[in-house]
Amino acid sequence: MSAISTEIIKGDARISPRAHARHTGALIRRNLLWIRQDPESMFDAILMPIVFTLLFVYVFGGSIGQALGGGQDDYVQYVVPGMMAMMGMSMAMSVGTGFNTDFNSGVMDRFRSLPIGRGSVLFAKIAVELLRMLLATTIMLVVGVLVGFDITNWGGLLAAVALAALFGSALMWVFLTLGVVLKTPQSVQGLGFLVLMPLQFGSSIFAPTESMPGWLQSFTDVNPLSSLADAARGLMVGGPVTQDLWVTVAWSVGLTAVMAPIAIHKFRTKT
Amino acid sequence: MTRIDNNPNARAGSAVTVRGLVKHYGETKALDGVDLDVREGSVMGVLGPNGAGKTTLVRILSTLIQPDAGQATVAGYDVVRQPRQLRRVIGLTGQYASVDEKLPGWENLYMIGRLLDLPRKEARSRADELLERFSLTEAAKRPVNTYSGGMRRRLDLAASMMGQPTVLYLDEPTTGLDPRTRNEVWAEIKRMVGDGVTVLLTTQYMEEAEQLASELTVVDHGKVIANGAIDALKAKVGGRSLRIRPADPIELRPLAGALDELGITGLASTTVDSANGTLLVPILSDEQLTAVVGAVTARGITIASITTELPSLDEVFLSLTGHRASAPQDAVPTDAREEVSV
Repeated sequence: MSAISTEIIKGDARISPRAHARHTGALIRRNLLWIRQDPESMFDAILMPIVFTLLFVYVFGGSIGQALGGGQDDYVQYVVPGMMAMMGMSMAMSVGTGFNTDFNSGVMDRFRSLPIGRGSVLFAKIAVELLRMLLATTIMLVVGVLVGFDITNWGGLLAAVALAALFGSALMWVFLTLGVVLKTPQSVQGLGFLVLMPLQFGSSIFAPTESMPGWLQSFTDVNPLSSLADAARGLMVGGPVTQDLWVTVAWSVGLTAVMAPIAIHKFRTKT
Repeated sequence: MTRIDNNPNARAGSAVTVRGLVKHYGETKALDGVDLDVREGSVMGVLGPNGAGKTTLVRILSTLIQPDAGQATVAGYDVVRQPRQLRRVIGLTGQYASVDEKLPGWENLYMIGRLLDLPRKEARSRADELLERFSLTEAAKRPVNTYSGGMRRRLDLAASMMGQPTVLYLDEPTTGLDPRTRNEVWAEIKRMVGDGVTVLLTTQYMEEAEQLASELTVVDHGKVIANGAIDALKAKVGGRSLRIRPADPIELRPLAGALDELGITGLASTTVDSANGTLLVPILSDEQLTAVVGAVTARGITIASITTELPSLDEVFLSLTGHRASAPQDAVPTDAREEVSV
C-alpha cells in the first residue's frame, strides 16, 4: 500500500478526543437512564453503606474501641474513614458483574459495529460507577455522623473522598477486565468475593493490625486497602498521611496503567 | 458450486466483495472459502440452514470478528484494515434485536445518533422521524422490554437506519416472528430497499428470499453451493407450484394430461396427488399461472381451490445438492405440504 493511501485511511479513521467525549457522554446517559428505569439497581449503593456502618459500629465498636483505649466513639472515628476504602471495592465488583450481563446482550454488537472508540463503552461504565460510589460514600458519611463521627477537617474529608474514588476507579478496571473475560456474571461475582474478602478483612479497614499475627501483618502491610484506609484516616481525623497517600496513588496509577489497556483490548477483541 | 448466471458487472458496481473468506472455530469450518458479490442497490439473499455460516459472514462484514483467511471489502473498505471507515457506512440488524432493552425506543435511537456523531438537534429530529416512519411514535417513551417482537424488530431496523448506511445487513430479520408480524417487517424492509440502500439479507426461508431479494446465494457448511439471479435459481429448483383441487377427483388425471399437453410450463410435468385429490403444477411466472388457470377454466371443470406454494429450503437444497439441508431448521412458515419431486 502506498504512503498516500495509508495516510488517508489514518486521517479518516481517527476518533478525536471530542468525539470520544461525545460518545462516552451518550453512553453515560444510557447508564443513567437505566437507573431511572430500574431504581432498585441503586439499592446496593444506598443500603450497603447504612447496613455495614451500623453493623460494624454496634457489633464491634464496643470491644475494638476498648482495645483502642476508649469506647465505641473512638471506633467510629477509626472505622468511618476505613469504610471509605470499602465502598470503592464493593462498587468495583458490581461494575464487573453488571458489565458482564451487559456484554452478553445484543446491543454490544451494535456498539461494536459503530464507528466509536471501543474504550468509550468502558469509560462510561466507570463514570457512572464512580457516581454510585460517591453516593454510597455520602450515605456512609451521613450515617457515620449520625452515630457519632466528628468531621473536623472538611478539606481532608474531600481529599479522602477523591483518593478513594481514584483507587476505586483503578479497581474498576480490574473488575471490568474480569467482566469481559469471564463467561457469566455469577463467575465474576464468585471470583470477586474470593478476592474481595481477604483484601477487605486482611487490612486496617476495620481493625488495627498490631494485634494480628506476624504473617498476616506482612500481608496487611502491603495490602493497598490498608494504605488507602490509613491515608483516609490521616486526612479525616489527623495523623501521618504522606507515605500512605503516595502508596495509594502509586497503586491506583499502576493498576490503571496495566488494567485499562488490557480491559479495552479484551473488550475490542472479544467475539 | 453451481453458477447459474454470469454477471459481468459484479465487480464494477460491487458494494460488498468477498473472496475466499475462511473462518474456523476449532474443527468447525464456519466459513470455508466463501466468494460473494453484492451489486450496489441490490438485495442479496444469503439462504442456508442454521449453522451454514450466514451469521459468521455478517459478523465478519460488520467487523465484529476477524476472518482467518480471505478478503472482504464493503463500499471499498477492507474489513480488516479499515474497520472504522467501514463502520461508518454499514447498518446492522441482528438476529436478536440489538437494541437496549431497558431504554425507551426514542432513547435508543437518540443514543445511536449521538454515537454516530450527529449533532444533538439532528439526532433528536432523526429519532422522531424514524419512530414515525416505523409506526413506533406511540411507544417512543416506553422501555423496549415492554415491546412486542415485531415492534422490537422495527426499532432494530430504525436503529440501523440512524446513520443512513449505504450497506445494510439484515441477519434473519424475521426468524421467530409470527406470519402477520413477518409481513409487517417485510413491508418495512421493502421501503428501505426502495430508498436505494444495498442490502445483504440472510434467511432460512425461501419465501423471505423471494419476497425481498433480487439475487440469491445458497450456503451450506460454510460454502457457497449456488448463486445467481433469484428467477434463474427458482427455475433450477422449480420455483412455485400451483396446487389445484378439482371439485370432482375423477377429473384429476384428465386435467393433468391436458395441462401437460398444452406444455405451458415447459418444465417438470404435472404431478397428481390422488391421496389429497390435488394436482401440483410447477410454474415460473405469473403469466404461466394465468395460462394454467385459463386452461383449467377452458375445460369447464369446477375447481374447489387453487393455491400457490413455494419450495421449502429443504427442497431447494435437495434439488441443488441432492441432499437435505445440513442442520435441522425451524418450521418453514409456508403452508405445510407433502413431498413432491420438483
